[in-house]
Amino acid sequence: MPTHSESDAAIAEILSAHAHLEGPLLPMLHALQEAFGFVPAEAHEPLCKAVKITRAELKGVLSFYHDFRDHPAGKHVLKICRAEACQSVGGTAFAEDLLAKLGLEWHGTSPDGKLTVEPVYCLGMCACAPAVMLDEKLIGRADTARVEKAIAKVSA
Amino acid sequence: MKDFIIPWENGTGIQDETDRGTPAKSGKPVTLTIDGMEITVPAGTSVMRAASELGIQVPKLCATDSLEAFGSCRLCAVEIEGRRGTPASCTTPVHAGMKVHTQTDKLRKLRKGVMELYISDHPLDCLTCSANGDCELQDMAGAVGLRGVRYEAPKAGGLANHFEARNTSGEVNPEWLPKDDSNPYFTYDASKCIVCNRCVRACEEVQGTFALTIEGRGFDSRVAVGAENFLASDCVSCGACVQACPTATLQEKSVIEMGTPDRSVVTTCAYCGVGCSFKAEMQGDQLVRMVPYKNGKANRGHSCVKGRFAYGYATHQDRILNPMIRDTVDQPWREVSWEEALSFAAKKLVGLQQKYGQKSIGVITSSRCTNEETYLVQKLTRAVFGNNNTDTCARVCHSPTGYGLGQTFGTSAGTQDFDSVEHSDVVMVIGANPTDGHPVFASRLRKRLREGAKLIVVDPRRIDLLETPHMGEAHHLALKPGTNVAVVSAIGHVIVTEGLFDQTFIAERCDLDAWEDFKAFISDPRHAPEETEALTGVPAQTLREAARAFANGGNGAIYYGLGVTEHSQGSTTVMGIANLAMMTGNIGRTGVGVNPLRGQNNVQGSCDMGSFPHELPGYRHVKMPEVRKIFEDTWGVEIDPEPGLRIPNMLDAAVDGTFKGLYCQGEDILQSDPDTKHVAAGLAAMECVIVHDLFLNETANYAHVFLPGSSFLEKEGTFTNAERRINRVRKVMAPKNGYEDWEVTQLLANAVLKETGGKAWTYTHPAEIMAEIAATTPSFAGVDYAVLEEKGSVQWPCNEAHPDGTPLMHVDGFVRGKGRFIVTEYIATAEKSGPRFPLLLTTGRILSQYNVGAQTRRTENSVWHDQDVLEIHPHDAENRGLRDGDWVRLASRSGETSLRAKITDRVSPGVVYTTFHHPDTQANVITTDYSDWATNCPEYKVTAVQVSPSNGPSDWQERYNAQAEQSRRIEAAE
Repeated sequence: MPTHSESDAAIAEILSAHAHLEGPLLPMLHALQEAFGFVPAEAHEPLCKAVKITRAELKGVLSFYHDFRDHPAGKHVLKICRAEACQSVGGTAFAEDLLAKLGLEWHGTSPDGKLTVEPVYCLGMCACAPAVMLDEKLIGRADTARVEKAIAKVSA
Repeated sequence: MKDFIIPWENGTGIQDETDRGTPAKSGKPVTLTIDGMEITVPAGTSVMRAASELGIQVPKLCATDSLEAFGSCRLCAVEIEGRRGTPASCTTPVHAGMKVHTQTDKLRKLRKGVMELYISDHPLDCLTCSANGDCELQDMAGAVGLRGVRYEAPKAGGLANHFEARNTSGEVNPEWLPKDDSNPYFTYDASKCIVCNRCVRACEEVQGTFALTIEGRGFDSRVAVGAENFLASDCVSCGACVQACPTATLQEKSVIEMGTPDRSVVTTCAYCGVGCSFKAEMQGDQLVRMVPYKNGKANRGHSCVKGRFAYGYATHQDRILNPMIRDTVDQPWREVSWEEALSFAAKKLVGLQQKYGQKSIGVITSSRCTNEETYLVQKLTRAVFGNNNTDTCARVCHSPTGYGLGQTFGTSAGTQDFDSVEHSDVVMVIGANPTDGHPVFASRLRKRLREGAKLIVVDPRRIDLLETPHMGEAHHLALKPGTNVAVVSAIGHVIVTEGLFDQTFIAERCDLDAWEDFKAFISDPRHAPEETEALTGVPAQTLREAARAFANGGNGAIYYGLGVTEHSQGSTTVMGIANLAMMTGNIGRTGVGVNPLRGQNNVQGSCDMGSFPHELPGYRHVKMPEVRKIFEDTWGVEIDPEPGLRIPNMLDAAVDGTFKGLYCQGEDILQSDPDTKHVAAGLAAMECVIVHDLFLNETANYAHVFLPGSSFLEKEGTFTNAERRINRVRKVMAPKNGYEDWEVTQLLANAVLKETGGKAWTYTHPAEIMAEIAATTPSFAGVDYAVLEEKGSVQWPCNEAHPDGTPLMHVDGFVRGKGRFIVTEYIATAEKSGPRFPLLLTTGRILSQYNVGAQTRRTENSVWHDQDVLEIHPHDAENRGLRDGDWVRLASRSGETSLRAKITDRVSPGVVYTTFHHPDTQANVITTDYSDWATNCPEYKVTAVQVSPSNGPSDWQERYNAQAEQSRRIEAAE
């Protein structure tokens, strides 16, 4: 874990790197999440100052986008699509089966901290439903075995 | 609930305040047809508002005319011929020839469906709901004819809602939130919320604090603050959200407790100089709530925590309701009848004059009382005591404004109305903290800053205005206390030497000789920001940029406060400010001007009414025989042509033994005036001090007669705000002490006249006093109560030339003819920091407390500020080994006190800051008796001090508190 002053410096650096943008709030939040794996609470105050918004406004934005986390996720993140097209080809049963195999609930993280599972609403892969995304990698026509294999591969 | 309109009648001052759904616009006229009727409205007006002008109220929930249209509730849908669908009438602007239908079968069905969905997630507890009878959701359910809800929750649970704490099996509903009642004045009950966003928008658009948001999305959406509850959040408790809420979600605690009011009277807030109009909403003679009055021209329907909620002092148990007397101040008070108290006082006063001379007694008028009351108090000294020993608390705040603006422009008042700020492009705020001191004006200013106006702040402290959310360009000139003149001159130097001045304006409107002299003076390189930087602490580049921004920025307006006036060179800075406005041509039209932010509700009025020892009402010198004659003829007495004593002179004379008696109305000089020890010595040396107040204030510790006062809710009269606006104060309950304050002054005058054999005063209503003011004072000639009833308010001058009053001053020419530039040489104050006192103390106010705190300390406002603290920079704190919250000893050449430290970089190194709201701190023990060279306005804003660790209150504080306690004893009734 970085120390307080290290993370403060990292936050300051991220904020100043995006300060020139028009509407810099979302790019800053993405960059923070990229760097820390979540949006750390220590970033809230400097963030509000940097873009001249209040903590209430920041709360509104952070809570609107479910993708922004307030705590670290597992090392790898599996997003399982729960939108209509995936549901129409048995996505619900697939997801339940997969969660049971992984021993996790929605938004859960494995005890070894390696994997977090999150729902997502459409990955734009409707033609190859059901779809999942493991970290940045999309997997179409997913089934439990393929996904488990992919997880094993990245966790190795 | 805020559509609640009680039918109005004559005498309550209420004019039409229908909610038209969206704000008024000012485009070219457009004609359209709504439900077969033709109407012409300005372009940009919404269909909803146009319909409302015709008397057709389109059902609505998320719209209210204090906020821009939002278009979320879908209830206000209409049909427009030639257009598909059912557009929202709030977000649809009018077009020429448009044919609108607000009621069709399709719309009825649609609205009923929308309403049914709303009600499916709302408790049906109308009868026991605090908004019962005052709820727009309830009204709309009625208006659309909702007769049932098909989406009933299954008995076994399962259908999610936000309003049931538990389902039928007793399990906790995770969507339900408990009430947030952390704010002392209102509650947030999420279970009643329809997420219309009105509160969030009010916080943003009207108040400008952005403390509220919508958390989550979809079904999870709910109103939230940025912290764990309202009290811990950025909320400043202005009440705008409560006002905007259509349901019981945000509700005044007083309404929850008492129920809905049954009558409503328009009156004027008695706190700061903004002079907000309020509706006092009543049940019988009980005040249920104060609601900002939409047609109030100073506040335009907005309010702050003080005016909206902090009225509890008026009925506080500390209020003294019976007159009291005592022979010496070490005796306990004795409650007596009015007759006895008045005759006791009158005999003493007359006796003092016989023994020590006519000029041995005097009065202090109050900026908290009405114009009529103030007029009577100065009349008392001039017509009954026969001297000019009258002064007022403006002495200690804005007397330099009177002098400085009088010398340069020719009149002692702000040049604009508050609406003007909506047209400013660059706003310079000098020595004022509007978000705390003048919050409603600050909200209007912040709105303009969000629209892109530039801000320049000249202040030693980083005030909240500099942290305005969504603001554009801002310059902070963080000067060292006491160097205002040097900074203002340096700004002038940049404007003149860089050729940024307005030659045309100067040539047409100003005295050219004076300009040439001034130009030569200010161009001297010693005024260059590079030269003054070392002195003022303002980096030259920052100052140059600010000066250019002001001169080149379009409409430039200057607003200033006591950070300008309360200095040894207060008057000089005021003149420097006037110079800046003249040289840039920023006078005489909307959006510009020079505006003192007046501290108290009626400080403008008390000055207008002749409270100063050298001026009769209307700022006319007492030396002028033609002016004296007007009053001599009216009053039937001879007026002393010699100016009387100012407050500091009265105290000096008292210590010298020549000033012996004082009638002090509604002012606490012991706490508010500088150098407390000297004030105490002066008061102690007097033989008859008459205090006329709501409470046994600090001054009353040295009083011999206490006359109980009446609150602003208990009297008729007028207040004049910072924009010269004369607003009516209306009586909503009988005076708890038995008399309105003007009656008490009249009783005292008549008691004295009985002793001296003079003719008694016979006023029966303040309207008669106003008639006398109008008859004697040209700038008030057109003011009478009938005019105020009709127009709501007028801005003086109001006379034959300006029958509707004067929103803007100096439009075609300055009052004095040509504007006069005055040379402003910087002379450092004698109060200097040095080895023993290395820090500079400056003082100010905070939002929740008001001045000496006699009122606000007796309300729930103290949850935000229960003690004065000393702000100190981390660097200075570290040098002294201080931690946040430590007790510190604050010492100056005058005295010392103790309070807790707050470590913050809001203040610069070398500067410390505190407030003066609490008598147990007595910040004015520290301040010195240095004062403005022209007007004696004390130098509160600069005191050299030392700060050191301490264990608790100082010996002086303990002695003082013991004396105060001793002196407040009231003898038990027999």
